[in-house]
Amino acid sequence: MSAEKHSEDTLISETFADHLDRSGVSRRGFLKFCTSMATALALPAGSAEVMAEALAAAKRPTVIWLSFQECTGCTESITRSHTPTIENLIFDFISLDYHHTLQAAAGFQAEEARDQAMKDAYGKYLLIVDGSIPTKDGGIYSTIAGRTNLSMLEEVAAGAAAVISVGTCAAYGGLPHADPNPTGAVPVTDIVKDKPVMNIPGCPPIGLVMTSAIAHFLTFGRLPDMDEIGRPKAFYGDSIHDRCYRRPFYDQGLFAKSFDDEGARKGWCLYELGCKGPTTHNACATMKWNDGTSFPIESGHPCLGCSEPDFWDHGGFYDPLSTTEWGTAEGVAAAAAAGAAIGAGSAMLARGKSSEDKGESSS
Amino acid sequence: MSLLEFARGSAMEWSLMILVAGMAWRLIGALLLRRTKDLSEPRQSALGVIGSLRAIVVRSFPHRELAMPTAFSHIVGYTMHIGIGIVVFGFIPHILFFENITGASWSGLSNNVIEISAIFAIAAMVAQLLRRILHPVLRTISTLDDYMSWLVTILPLLTGVAAHSHWISSYETVMAIHLLSVELLFVWIPFSKLMHGIWVVPSRAHLGTVFGRRGVRI
Repeated sequence: MSAEKHSEDTLISETFADHLDRSGVSRRGFLKFCTSMATALALPAGSAEVMAEALAAAKRPTVIWLSFQECTGCTESITRSHTPTIENLIFDFISLDYHHTLQAAAGFQAEEARDQAMKDAYGKYLLIVDGSIPTKDGGIYSTIAGRTNLSMLEEVAAGAAAVISVGTCAAYGGLPHADPNPTGAVPVTDIVKDKPVMNIPGCPPIGLVMTSAIAHFLTFGRLPDMDEIGRPKAFYGDSIHDRCYRRPFYDQGLFAKSFDDEGARKGWCLYELGCKGPTTHNACATMKWNDGTSFPIESGHPCLGCSEPDFWDHGGFYDPLSTTEWGTAEGVAAAAAAGAAIGAGSAMLARGKSSEDKGESSS
Repeated sequence: MSLLEFARGSAMEWSLMILVAGMAWRLIGALLLRRTKDLSEPRQSALGVIGSLRAIVVRSFPHRELAMPTAFSHIVGYTMHIGIGIVVFGFIPHILFFENITGASWSGLSNNVIEISAIFAIAAMVAQLLRRILHPVLRTISTLDDYMSWLVTILPLLTGVAAHSHWISSYETVMAIHLLSVELLFVWIPFSKLMHGIWVVPSRAHLGTVFGRRGVRI
């Protein structure tokens, strides 16, 4: 057996504990990681120990990542960490056997790698999808290796233990699904009906949420508890507004009215500038981005609501939530004219009746 | 289409059109009615105008002799109307709504003031309902219109407080229900006693003019 082959076998059979050991992570560091994961997932006290034991013994899981109608922003979000963190070790640990952007193989070899991974771990592998699936005209608007996204998803999902839809496009259709949806784009849940599917929406989603979901799957062998639209409750249970550090300004009625006024400089609430925080569920306000540096609202921009279904079609990004689609001035004017005409008509009828009554009484 | 989209979109559009059409119908229909010609000589021509203006102001306060017997109605009525006025025209998201429709904008009040006003308005409305139910005369003369008008007025207050306070986890759903309750109010106003919001000034002015012409000081 060659040294290369021996090394590959060792890699496949190693547990997460072996992997951490090889990476120079101490037992204390690993336990801290498990505690933070358990906390992030809102698991009960004591779960960190269970997670540590389960993760330490976990074998490398096979993961197949399919990218469909997407912009690669989700992959960027998950892989572009400023400094290597212990969470990244999860990504280093999994056997990511197919991922367009990250894999070295190309063309037929790439597709063969996917076929082989599916055969080796059929029924056990984790399928991650980013991007929506075009269905119009047989799904011809996005193809990989001559196959439509639709047929590839159907085939790969059939052998998956669970599916994770990463990003709003995979979770709810996202931007390709926006009106008029020229490609007939649909989310994963419209295609995959017989497998557990978890949505991790966001444009892009937060990397730690993704890591935590995989950690949960490795620990308990199932996906975490989800809300009614398939999002892990631990991360999407609260609205941005609920956890926003600018919330006290909302309560006091102090709002920035433009991007460069006194209110904006003082960090007041961005509701008037169109912030969708009250209707958006995500962990941005607590976990933040770029290693916990900040999140859009902290940077002075209103929340766009990117982790909600059809966020692209919910009116203008800079229109306050309380504004409505009230119609047009012409429509209201027409209603007023119609009402006035009916009023005048009824008054004339009353006048006519009054005259008749007078005529009768005088005769 | 989600419930919130429906509430913010077509439901809002149609309710506003019904509100405007209904009010135009009621106003034009009343203004064009035939009026009996008053053949008497006016006591003083200016008295009509003065009388109408005076009636608008004087009728807003109780007569001294009736101050005590009507104290409940006046205190609770004013509490409710002022509370609703502050909530409707002082809450910043509401001002943004009006600005969106009319283009006009003004300064808002802090949310603490809005919350206190809403609580006072709701408490006043509950007191009014209890009195209507418990007072034998009021109960006898009350119609379905009275109870419906009470209900469609208090619903936006309650749902608004629920949305603002995040009592229910799904903000979108509460927000949609709040908007729909406001739209129900819009539709109900022209065809109910809530039209008094429009009639109150012209009806007092008319009364003042008639009495003023006769030389009666009200």
